[in-house]
Amino acid sequence: MDNVLEMSGVVKRFGSFAALDGLDLTVARGEVHGFLGPNGSGKTTTLRLALGMLRSNGGSMRVLGLDPWRDAAKVHRQLAYVPGDVSLWPNLTGGQVIDLLGRLQGGQDRTRRDALLEIFDLDPTKKARSYSKGNRQKVALIAALATDAEFFLLDEPTSGLDPLKEEAFRECVRQLRDDGRTVLLSSHILSEAEALSDRVSIIRDGKVVESGRLSELRHLTRTSITADVTTVPDGLDRIPGVHDVVVQGNRVSVQVEPVGLAPLMEAVTAAGLESLTSQPPTLEELFLRHYGAPAESSPDAGSQPSEGR
Amino acid sequence: MRESLVGTFTLVRLALRRDRVLLPLWIIAFALMAYSTAAASGDLFPNEQARIEAATTLNSTASMVALFGRIYDPSSLGALAMIKYSAFMTAALAVLMVVITIRHTRQDEETGRLELLSSGRLGRNAPIAAALVISFGASIVLGLVTTAALIGGGLPVAGSLAFGLGWAATGIAFSSVAAVAAQIASSSRSAIGMSVIVIAVTYAFRAVGDLADPGPSVWSWLSPIGWNQQVRAYAGDRWAVLLLPVALGVVLIPVAVALRAHRDLGTGLRQDRPGPAGWNRAGVWGLAVRLQERVFLAWAVAVVVFGVLIGSLAGTVSDFLTSPNAQELIQKLGGASALTDAFLAAEIAIMGTLVAVYGVSAANHLRSEEAAGHTEVVLATSTTRTMWATSHYAAALIGVALLLLLTGVSVGVGAAVALHDSSQIARVTVAALAQIPAAWVVTSVVLLIFGWLPRLTYAAWGFLVAFIALGEFGVLWNAPQWLMDLSPFQHTPLLPVGTSGITPVVWLVVVSVVVGGIGYLGWRHRDLTS
Ligand SMILES: Nc1ncnc2c1ncn2[C@@H]1O[C@H](COP(=O)(O)OP(=O)(O)O)[C@@H](O)[C@H]1O
Ligand SMILES: [Mg+2]
Repeated sequence: MDNVLEMSGVVKRFGSFAALDGLDLTVARGEVHGFLGPNGSGKTTTLRLALGMLRSNGGSMRVLGLDPWRDAAKVHRQLAYVPGDVSLWPNLTGGQVIDLLGRLQGGQDRTRRDALLEIFDLDPTKKARSYSKGNRQKVALIAALATDAEFFLLDEPTSGLDPLKEEAFRECVRQLRDDGRTVLLSSHILSEAEALSDRVSIIRDGKVVESGRLSELRHLTRTSITADVTTVPDGLDRIPGVHDVVVQGNRVSVQVEPVGLAPLMEAVTAAGLESLTSQPPTLEELFLRHYGAPAESSPDAGSQPSEGR
Repeated sequence: MRESLVGTFTLVRLALRRDRVLLPLWIIAFALMAYSTAAASGDLFPNEQARIEAATTLNSTASMVALFGRIYDPSSLGALAMIKYSAFMTAALAVLMVVITIRHTRQDEETGRLELLSSGRLGRNAPIAAALVISFGASIVLGLVTTAALIGGGLPVAGSLAFGLGWAATGIAFSSVAAVAAQIASSSRSAIGMSVIVIAVTYAFRAVGDLADPGPSVWSWLSPIGWNQQVRAYAGDRWAVLLLPVALGVVLIPVAVALRAHRDLGTGLRQDRPGPAGWNRAGVWGLAVRLQERVFLAWAVAVVVFGVLIGSLAGTVSDFLTSPNAQELIQKLGGASALTDAFLAAEIAIMGTLVAVYGVSAANHLRSEEAAGHTEVVLATSTTRTMWATSHYAAALIGVALLLLLTGVSVGVGAAVALHDSSQIARVTVAALAQIPAAWVVTSVVLLIFGWLPRLTYAAWGFLVAFIALGEFGVLWNAPQWLMDLSPFQHTPLLPVGTSGITPVVWLVVVSVVVGGIGYLGWRHRDLTS
């Protein structure tokens, strides 16, 4: 059994709205799999289905070889989950929550727990109600990473972390991969998935629209580059992989695929390069270009139905 | 100043929208209770002689005075009829206003609702102002609706107005107390806790003051609840006293505003102390207990205090009814001890319904935990759905059983001391234990709704209120028997009066098992719902 997660044709409806509409997703053992999609595309719904918290309306699903709905507890013994919006008991301290979750999970590595507290710089004696979103996320991350799970499901785990802690988190994910663990990492930031993933699947409106090694998906992404040059060179738009050339005085802006980067650099360097800025490709642009719709396309994206209490 | 109030109107509108169901329901509940009591009082005390007898007995019974206060005009029907409402229900009303005020201040800060709004234009004092507009408004409406209800129930107009305005003014006073507590406490829960302690302490102040000879002493005047009693509705209608609670509000509001300037959104002036860095309890069970234990302890203390007080009244019951007719009735019933038993049975039934309130609130953790997203975190571990739900459900059931055990023992001890008869402890305890199954049924209704219609879980409160109302007023309303029979409390044997068999108790246990079981079925087949 090579696949830790297998979903095919999964449908999940909320009322008449199909949040997942025939979703296919496979995660192989030992890989870090990026699960990319804009807000409201169905990432969280997919993860909750894989955890048996939601019941699917169709399709088939295996997690660690088991049915996540029927054998939820058995599946969970081997996996760790960090929700996208971590909500903790306001009256418990971070340390209490970490230990409690460890105990509920059936075991936790104390040394690793303490090391992680250090790495993420979290005060375990503070009450959870005083934690920021980032700190709540750290609590869930530490609780998850301190377990001995086979499979880690992380739902936008860095959305509240500062850049320093984000790097620490990336280091932890690399460590997991080196240990042979499997990670499913959802994100709406292309560069994040790029930095960590062996493979990515891109979800849009409840369907996976692309899936593969990053190198295979490279052709989808374009870097945008702006350069100030002494003399604007001719024929930039004839370089393969260079698009949308805009010239304003001595300033050139282009969109470039990975294949066009080297020739473009040669051309602008020859033209007397004075300054250069580049922006990594974003998911939004990719969606706009390949699927003809802005990323925020699904109805009421990101807004959960709220309830009066 | 004006700048700091920007957005108040928007907040008031949002709050009214959010409370559009609950607020009217509470107001109607209070007014209905007042109406039913007023309407029934004429029959209970048909002539002046009966009234004077009852009032004199009340005034000369120390534990009654401590619990409810004095009747300042023994010939007044209104003063006698509303005695339980002038202090006891007033405290309940104060709790309601506290909860409303905190709900729209600190609780909104904790849920992040205010943070979301603050990013728009929102003055610093707008949330306090909006919360007070709501709670003051609710107090005033509740007071006026109650006035109308009392007049409708046949009581004099002036006294009814004094009574209703007394409630309104008390509501205003305690809303202001809550507004201050909201600035100080480290969380919304502890803000409610602080305010409730103020209510309890001022309740005790007036008890001390009312017991003094000659009462009321200065202690009664140190208490907003005492003020409400000193308005003396139906017994002199001292309107000027109404100014005291209003003045307290006028003093406390600037205090709250000043304190607000010294704290950040989401934190109180009193900071959390660091807590333990680890968890040394059991898993899900430890968690369920941790979430319920504080409220449980508060209930346990209240149950013991009230239990002993009520039990100690047992000795004086037969003194209440001294008229020849009543005495004759007592003899027919089997003598004074039968009357004492009837009294104990009635009080224990009331405690049984009160403990059911605890059961429902404790079982509501099922829903509040799920809605808050905590359940998602727990269920992602190797904890099964059944185990998680059982932890909260069982904790609620066990809490109910323990509270009723405490009720029985404390009422029993009180009665044993008052009657110089230690055998009371055992029989009263058995009577209280017989209340457990009915409270369990109501508690199980929470699980039932939670399993199938999670977003409507709070409707269990509606069932509880309906059951209580049927028990209290069903006869008065001429409710049909089948309707009355729906309430589990109707099937609880009224011990220690009769010797009714164990059958209804067993049936109630079966019903709660079935009701809870159906709830489990739903829960195991549905989505987690935020
Ligand atoms: N419990 C629910 N009820 C109704 N609609 C939902 C529910 N949960 C998610 N949705 C909708 O399903 C879609 C996908 O949501 P989600 O999986 O949270 O997306 P993502 O995690 O990618 O941002 C959204 O349009 C969202 O509004
Ligand atoms: Mg999400």
